[in-house]
Amino acid sequence: MMKKKSAMNPLTLWFHKLGSPPTFYRVGGRMQPWLYAIALIAGAIGLYGGLVVAPADYQQGESFRMIYVHVPCAWMSLFVYAFMAANGFIALVWRIKLSETLAMASAPVGAAFTFITLVSGSLWGKPMWGTWWTWDARLTSELVLLFLYLGVIGLYHAIEDTRQAARAAAFLALVGVVNLPIVHYSVVWWNTLHQGTTVSLMGQSHITGNMLWPLLTMAFATHVYFFASLLARSRAALLELESGKDWVRQIALATAQNEAPAHV
Amino acid sequence: MSDFFAMGGYGAYVWSAYAVFGVVLLADALAPLWQRRRVLRGLAARLQREAARNILPGSGA
Repeated sequence: MMKKKSAMNPLTLWFHKLGSPPTFYRVGGRMQPWLYAIALIAGAIGLYGGLVVAPADYQQGESFRMIYVHVPCAWMSLFVYAFMAANGFIALVWRIKLSETLAMASAPVGAAFTFITLVSGSLWGKPMWGTWWTWDARLTSELVLLFLYLGVIGLYHAIEDTRQAARAAAFLALVGVVNLPIVHYSVVWWNTLHQGTTVSLMGQSHITGNMLWPLLTMAFATHVYFFASLLARSRAALLELESGKDWVRQIALATAQNEAPAHV
Repeated sequence: MSDFFAMGGYGAYVWSAYAVFGVVLLADALAPLWQRRRVLRGLAARLQREAARNILPGSGA
């Protein structure tokens, strides 16, 4: 008789296990402090490079240093949205609970990055363009991106049943994906006040090395920070969603004992 | 040093941008800590109430 072949190879099995909330909570808890530490260290190096090492820009002088918060956050506003939409897609098609949680946990982080992008861009626009705001394609589409994030967050909290809420919000997130190429190509498609792309993955970057490495370091730091924050948010959300389950009860009781040992 | 903070006359703009970056991400980092504490405290209190109800005699449970 032939031996029955296991339905899952080790990798799929591992992935399946990680998808279970208690395992994700435990494994994520081990990674979380490392991610925060790496993000903090890389961020410190990137900020030092951007504020001290990089030379002043020949056109914009010292004001160009806002690039080190503005551009990494702008990249993150798109990256986080794509991540959220991808998880939303998985949640809608395969009904994986963890994907719902990950999609909903990434929305506030993405909104935070988009908000920083808009505010730092406004602060940069005032001295360089002479205005805080203009309704041009790049700025408007980035503002729409913020509203999409807020819409996803709002819809998720507006519906009582959390799983239904997550699926409705995931659907909205998927529809909003249309906006991503508009944000990215807006400086190419329309003649705008906003400057074109400085750094390019393929082809020539229009920036010198001592200006570039702090920017890339900040981009790395914000990516790692996103995953740290995502873990923290989704783990906290899992505790709330699964508060009826035994594994969460045990964590709650253990935490209560640690917090109030003497005067019980 | 004061040159560094002046940022060639753009200090107010540059440092405001960095401050917004720091404050918003700090708030983002603290939010899950608060949520975690709120959820675990609420659950622990509920579990203790349930335990007390089950142990006390004549509580009608």
